[in-house]
Amino acid sequence: AHLISKAGSVITTTPPDSDPTGRRRVHSMLKLYYGLNEEGTAAEQAESLDPCDINGPHFDPEVYLNKLRKDCSLCELMDHESCMVKQIRSLDSDMQTLVYENYNKFISATDTIRKMKNDFKKMEDEMDCLSANMAAITEFSARISGTLQDQHAQITKLSGVHTLLRKLQFLFELPARLNKCLELQAYAQAVSAHRRARCVLQQYSHMPSFRGIQDDCHVIMEQLAQQLRQKFRDGGSSAKDLSECVELLLQLDEPAEELCDKFLSHAQSRLEADLQGLEAELKDSAFTDTGGGSVQKTSELASKNIPEMANGKLHVFVDTLAARYFSLVERRIQEEKGVGDNSLLVRALDRFHRRLQAITKLLPGSAVPSHGTEIVVRAARERIKQYLSALQTFYHDSLTDVRQALAAPRLAVGGAKLLTSLSNFILNQLKSVLASVHLFTAKDITFSNKPYFKGEFCSQGVREGLVVSFIKFICQSSRQYCESAGDRGGSTPPALLLLLSRLCLDYETSTISYILTLTDEQFLVQHHTPVTPVTALCAEAREAAQKLLNHYVKVQGLIISQMLRKSVETRDWVNTIEPRNVRAVMKRVVEDTTSIDVQVGLLYEEGVRKAHSSDSSKRTFSVYSSSRQQIRYAPSYTPSAPMDTNLLSNIHKLFSERIDIFSPVEFNKVSVLTGIIKISLKTFLECVRIRTFGRYGLQQIQVDCHYLQMYLWRFVSDENLVHFLLDEIVGSAAHRCLDPSPMEQSVIEVICERG
Amino acid sequence: MERCFPFQTSVTVYKAYTRVESDANTIARALTAQTAETDAIRFLVGTQSLKFDNQITNEPKRLSSENRVLTCAAVWRMPPEWESGSHESPDDSSNNPQTLELLCHLDNTAHGSVACVLWEPLGDGKRVISLAENHVLLWDLQESSTKATISSTATLEGKGQLKFTAGKWSPHHNSTQLVTANDTAIRGWDLRSMSQIYCIENAHGQLVRDLDFNPNKQYYLASCGDDCKVKFWDVRHINEPVKCLEEHSHWVWSVRYNHSHDQLLLTGSSDSRVILSNMVSISSEPFGHLVDDDDLSDNEENQQEDKGKEPLQDSIIATYEEHEDSVYAVEWSAADPWLFASLSYDGRLVINRVPRALKYRILL
Repeated sequence: AHLISKAGSVITTTPPDSDPTGRRRVHSMLKLYYGLNEEGTAAEQAESLDPCDINGPHFDPEVYLNKLRKDCSLCELMDHESCMVKQIRSLDSDMQTLVYENYNKFISATDTIRKMKNDFKKMEDEMDCLSANMAAITEFSARISGTLQDQHAQITKLSGVHTLLRKLQFLFELPARLNKCLELQAYAQAVSAHRRARCVLQQYSHMPSFRGIQDDCHVIMEQLAQQLRQKFRDGGSSAKDLSECVELLLQLDEPAEELCDKFLSHAQSRLEADLQGLEAELKDSAFTDTGGGSVQKTSELASKNIPEMANGKLHVFVDTLAARYFSLVERRIQEEKGVGDNSLLVRALDRFHRRLQAITKLLPGSAVPSHGTEIVVRAARERIKQYLSALQTFYHDSLTDVRQALAAPRLAVGGAKLLTSLSNFILNQLKSVLASVHLFTAKDITFSNKPYFKGEFCSQGVREGLVVSFIKFICQSSRQYCESAGDRGGSTPPALLLLLSRLCLDYETSTISYILTLTDEQFLVQHHTPVTPVTALCAEAREAAQKLLNHYVKVQGLIISQMLRKSVETRDWVNTIEPRNVRAVMKRVVEDTTSIDVQVGLLYEEGVRKAHSSDSSKRTFSVYSSSRQQIRYAPSYTPSAPMDTNLLSNIHKLFSERIDIFSPVEFNKVSVLTGIIKISLKTFLECVRIRTFGRYGLQQIQVDCHYLQMYLWRFVSDENLVHFLLDEIVGSAAHRCLDPSPMEQSVIEVICERG
Repeated sequence: MERCFPFQTSVTVYKAYTRVESDANTIARALTAQTAETDAIRFLVGTQSLKFDNQITNEPKRLSSENRVLTCAAVWRMPPEWESGSHESPDDSSNNPQTLELLCHLDNTAHGSVACVLWEPLGDGKRVISLAENHVLLWDLQESSTKATISSTATLEGKGQLKFTAGKWSPHHNSTQLVTANDTAIRGWDLRSMSQIYCIENAHGQLVRDLDFNPNKQYYLASCGDDCKVKFWDVRHINEPVKCLEEHSHWVWSVRYNHSHDQLLLTGSSDSRVILSNMVSISSEPFGHLVDDDDLSDNEENQQEDKGKEPLQDSIIATYEEHEDSVYAVEWSAADPWLFASLSYDGRLVINRVPRALKYRILL
């Protein structure tokens, strides 16, 4: 124990290693070995670099002592020393316990090793015994196999003889068997049996017995081949039988070329018959696709049998037949005009396409399937065209219905109802057509994943060819109503014009974008090629609506104009009696205007008008009659002062804006009626200007104008317009009057109020 | 026939010719150029007033008095000092209206009111046509025009009350053709047999208001009417108009070809506008004067081929909005092919020139 404590003191007082770097290297190598990572200790090392750290590896006792002596007071030094001594002691005792513990372990380890040594000796003995036994076993086994050797060789030989005998038996029985097969017409069995024997017979043909068998077989097979050929030549049997024949004959080394030709000619005659049958059926217009099936079947069988070299021939054969078949199919499809049930057509096309697809698998190089796809594409295109024309006829029909409904007087009021029903009809029809066309792109249809049906069919065919064309057609036919009817205005009822105008406007605001969105969604249209944008269509629809409405205004204006013109032109205004009543035609004008107002009101919104007082008719009329009119007519009595009237009217014109009579109208009721009234009154004015009036004629015009004044202001956007035109009419009449003495305002009012 | 009024001149024609206004309060409807006058630029205006003595200055040889309300027409002689052309100061003429000398009445009481009166376009001015109700009357003027006798008549038969609204004596075919308008139809007449030679039914949607012959292309005709349109016809193919203009916003009352440059077309309408258009594509000289147009029928083809070279397109040259009331008559000057006048209801006569740029373009 003393020694150990001494060593501990040595450890504490003197540096354990004079070369710290070498010791550190050893350390790091050990660490590396045990997989300790450097980082974990890095922090410690940093602080342990301090030579004053008593526990650190870089501890320098000299420095430490110097430091202590420098830093500490005596008292502190004493304390430090005692503390140090205490620590040393505790370290000593720790070391002692460690040594004792380890000593016990060493002793037990030594015991264990000794014990192991004894055990191994025992095991060695047992192993020796085992090897001796194994040697004995080997010896026995060798002896047994030596005994059995002879017998094994004999058995092998015997079994070989047996097989040979069986083969020989087969050979000897072969002619009989073949005969039997021939009897039973089991040609396939016979051929396969013969094939098996053929090589052997060939090989041993120098031996007479075998020779005899071979000859027998030859004769029989010759017979068989004869029969087969006969059967083949007959051609009456089914395609499958035929192909079997061909197969067997091929196995019998018949010349392939010749067989191929024969087979094809047979198949051709058969298919010819099929096609003729189809052609006959075509007239009965029952859609069949058996032809496709037979072509497919034949070529399937043929390709199975006919070797590579006949491929070219087969191609030619299939191509010519397919061409005929296609022409038939196309004629058939063209006959399919009715648009009733599209699913049937699509299914038939699908089956047709499927069969052709099968041919692709059989004849990879053939152009037939692509032709077939072209036919399908053409059929689809044709279909779209048919649908478009069907839609167009439907549109025309529904317009005719609407026209009839409009003509029927009891329904004259239901303009709005007619409009909604018309647009619903069209929309539903369009939707159902879209649904039918959509069958072409259904997932379970084989050709729907062709690039044409994915891209062009959707965008160019359905969207452009069907939907856009239909919308354009609507706009165009609407425009035609304006142009064709422009001459007399009588061919199209004005109410229909109004209805169509509203329809087009509705299309512009909502329906077009709805339909196109629907189409795009249903058909997942990907626009590879530029398509008509919605805005262009909307613009077109709006233009059509505007044109229709303008035309409506023109036609209605013309109807009233004609009435007014007739009434002015046919009357003798010079020799007329004093006015007692408003002329019936004026009442008629007001009535017509009112009914137009109702008609337009059902379809169009009210629109804005310039503000006016609650009782416009009275207020403005008083201005119109008393102030202006009196002043205007007063000088007319005296020819000496004619300037005033003109001056006044010119001043008036200076401040009133120019009126465009046939100007475009807006989409509201007030604007429409303003247009109609403008046209009517302008006509009235022009007609009055080329007539000559007597005194009472002028007065009648006054009465009429006042009457119009009373009723027309409420329809127009700016009542001043009506006032201005009526003023002009009365003014012009006064100019054309031989005796211009106007009627008393009060009298006019009385007459007008009386009705 | 008490309402057979003489006309009164009420127009001042200034030498400046930019814009002339009537100084009177009269209501004017008729206007014509003095066609025999080649030096002075002179227009004649007919008025429609009932209260004053209307007068028209005119020359007997070339009178074309149109008055839609008068029930009879008359032939007048121009004052001699006008005829001689010695009258230098236009102011004098306006201050001292000349009175016309009444030569004779066209007495047609039996046939109703006269729609229009036409002078023979060529020749010695011995013949006059008047259109009254549904009758065409051809008058012969006796020596010194003091007496007119009806030489032949034709009557338009048909259902309804037919009434001529306008007419024009063709300057082609040796003055043997007349074209008339009634309601929406245009009819051609052969004056030798006084029979109808063609009829364009529904030429316009509504009433046809005026007609004019292309002075250089004998089968070409312009018409205008209440459907706001001006249509050009080839009378050999009457099913479709050759061309159709729709620029006015109300009835077109008058249409006139320029006498020497038939691509220039003047229209007047009751929307108070006068429109001067350049109809190159159907003109007899679509390329200016570069190409001979011996064969009239080849014109369209030539014009098709040379469209690339031809810078002038059919277009509106100008819209004149000086008038404040309906324009009832437009007329080119007889003396100056670049000058025209238009007359509106309020008596305003506006004289304008073809824009200088266009003039040079046509000439050069």
